[in-house]
Amino acid sequence: MERSVNCGGNDLNLEATELRLGLPGSDEHEKQSSPSVRTSNKRASPEVAEESSSLSVSDARNGDQDSAPPAKAQVVGWPPIRSYRRNSFQQKKTEADGAGAGMYVKVSMDGAPYLRKVDLKVYKSYPELLKALESMFKLTIGEYSEREGYNVSEFVPTYEDKDGDWMLVGDVPWDMFISTCKRLRIMKGSEARGLGCL
Amino acid sequence: MEFQAPYPDQVLENVLENVLQFLTSRRDRNAASLVCKSWYRVEALTRSELFIGNCYSVSPKRATARFSRVRAVAIKGRPRFADFNLMPPEWGAHFAPWVAALGSAYPWLEKVYLKRMSVTDEDLKHLAEYFPYFKELVLVCCDGFGTRGLAVIAKKCRQLRVLDLIESEVAESDMDWIGEFPESGITCLESLIFDCVESPINFEALERLVIRSPSLKKLRLNRFVSIGQLYRLMVRAPQLTHLGTGSFSLPEGVAHGDQEPDYESAFAACKSLVCLSGFREITLDYLSAIYAVCANLTSLNLSYANINAEQLKTVIFHCHKLQTFWVLDSICDEGLQAAAATCKDLRELRVFPIDAREDSEGPVSDVGLQAISEGCRKLQSILYFCQHMTNAAVVAMSNNCPDLEVFRLCIMGRHRPDHVTGEPMDEGFGAIVKNCKKLTRLAVSGLLTDQAFSYIGRYGKLVRTLSVAFAGDSDLGLKYVLEGCPRLQKLEIRDSPFGDAALRSGLHHYYNMRFLWMSSCRLSPQGCCEIARALPRLVVEVIRDDGNVIRGDCEEHIDDNFDILYMYRSLERPRDDAPSFVTILH
Repeated sequence: MERSVNCGGNDLNLEATELRLGLPGSDEHEKQSSPSVRTSNKRASPEVAEESSSLSVSDARNGDQDSAPPAKAQVVGWPPIRSYRRNSFQQKKTEADGAGAGMYVKVSMDGAPYLRKVDLKVYKSYPELLKALESMFKLTIGEYSEREGYNVSEFVPTYEDKDGDWMLVGDVPWDMFISTCKRLRIMKGSEARGLGCL
Repeated sequence: MEFQAPYPDQVLENVLENVLQFLTSRRDRNAASLVCKSWYRVEALTRSELFIGNCYSVSPKRATARFSRVRAVAIKGRPRFADFNLMPPEWGAHFAPWVAALGSAYPWLEKVYLKRMSVTDEDLKHLAEYFPYFKELVLVCCDGFGTRGLAVIAKKCRQLRVLDLIESEVAESDMDWIGEFPESGITCLESLIFDCVESPINFEALERLVIRSPSLKKLRLNRFVSIGQLYRLMVRAPQLTHLGTGSFSLPEGVAHGDQEPDYESAFAACKSLVCLSGFREITLDYLSAIYAVCANLTSLNLSYANINAEQLKTVIFHCHKLQTFWVLDSICDEGLQAAAATCKDLRELRVFPIDAREDSEGPVSDVGLQAISEGCRKLQSILYFCQHMTNAAVVAMSNNCPDLEVFRLCIMGRHRPDHVTGEPMDEGFGAIVKNCKKLTRLAVSGLLTDQAFSYIGRYGKLVRTLSVAFAGDSDLGLKYVLEGCPRLQKLEIRDSPFGDAALRSGLHHYYNMRFLWMSSCRLSPQGCCEIARALPRLVVEVIRDDGNVIRGDCEEHIDDNFDILYMYRSLERPRDDAPSFVTILH
């Protein structure tokens, strides 16, 4: 990093010999509302290294704002948590996301040549899921009623639960459904009559 | 043969030897050894516990030459900031040269304690071979070894009482190390801690081991032990005083059954249990099993359990005797208030962030800190991660908790001011150093000007360890500290605007310190060279954190910038095991 040393003036231009991590040519001094620290263009953690160059400027304007900024490039080693501890939660998050029988589940439709897969975690309720299935398979499922199931529909959504039984989609609370659902099957209405009117 | 009366000096030395046997504190011993040569000699003969605070400050040869009757050795290696990936790995702190020297000097060695050292399987093998009376191995924040090394220890150290692996990285292999403990006969095992081992273990072998270990008091399991397995161990070892529960959930794929063991009675049977930890993958349904032991607990570590305030309350309300409490900030301020209301005897609190990012939510704040300060007046040590803090809460703690010795506050967003007043956090930390007269360790954060450091220099007369990050305005900040804190031993600074002038101001003190770490500050190669030349007994390491070599030396010009300065006093010539990314200035 080439910089000229300016020996004149009131203060020594320590910039010439100072240690910092900055991209060559980048020379921003971020002045914050407080007359203090010159924030360095800190190298981001390896995961976001590619984005660091573009984010580093906005990165510097941090802290004072209470409003949530878009996810910033993280500074290496900050906050000072040992990676063992950090990883045990990231691991748990992904485990939690993937755990349980109802994440990506296969969806088969009677008459269709191949299966699809849906991520149940993406939906918050039955109507959302059913709408998605309707658009995925280009069909109408209609509305669920507790007493009559999907009586008026040509197609009826069913699922296989943890015990291996085929159940009607909608009978149990949503949270229980996504934790017990192993796969989905969209049955032809005529076949499904047997399920709905027990 | 003529009787030779012992001359007076000899008598004195014998008397001294008998007296000094009882002196245990190493600081007292250090002082005693400076009285005169006679005392130096006798002290060296009677020191049985050797503590090396920096493995590079003295050579194994010199240490073993001076102290000839050592039974227990403690060695610390890497600087603490290396834990946070600020430095490339392979920096050093190898145990190998030490184990070789210890092997020839102390064949009767019983205990080894290592912190932040690189220990290989080969080193562990040597440990097992050289020391037939070996009893205790404690590895804290170490790495470089794996289950193969552990297997050798288990197999060969027949008198092993303590095998504690704490926050260490253990390389996985297919070696069943638990199975290597002798299969028959009673063991002398008192403590087995392996909660940091990230690989499954042979549970049946562990169960058999526990059955054969009637002296076992401390058992901390890793997350590969399910709650059902925990139950089986607990019923075999109701004498446990320290328990790490492992996962505290059922193994994957197993559903809650009807025939679940009576976990509650297993806990209730452990009448001596005082320290509880683990809960690595907690299933909340089971938390109530521990209620029976809460009243006796002095230490509770829930820092791997993602529980909320309500869930915490069910537990903490029973914990009247709690002195040490580690927890996640998922319990929110409300959870801390509950702890403050019950745990009147609390001495140490650590609140870890479940989401350790700068812009995370921050469920705990000044409210929680204030509550703790009001409820837990005997507090001695606190580590607190948060996003929002006020000077008022920190000041309150300084007033309410006069026994504080360790105050470590980490406001995760860098340069964050007091979130109510918008002021820097100077006054809060100032109050801590001023009012907490016993303070020896301090970590600062948030928006801090040189004023904060002025306070530290003025009032922090007992401070030994200081951690600084993203703080200060100018060289003055560091100057205040180096000139004002006579007891300062360990100083670690990152990303703060302190330069060569500030570094120079500590010349009078660096020989009294264990180390100084400065990374991403405003130092120049010339400034560091100056220090190296002025203080020949100081090892001045400069390091590039990208792992590349630094070109040049102090005689000529040093071309490259570097990121880290790490310097420490040493009786030896600079180490010869430095990797290429480390340059030692002279």
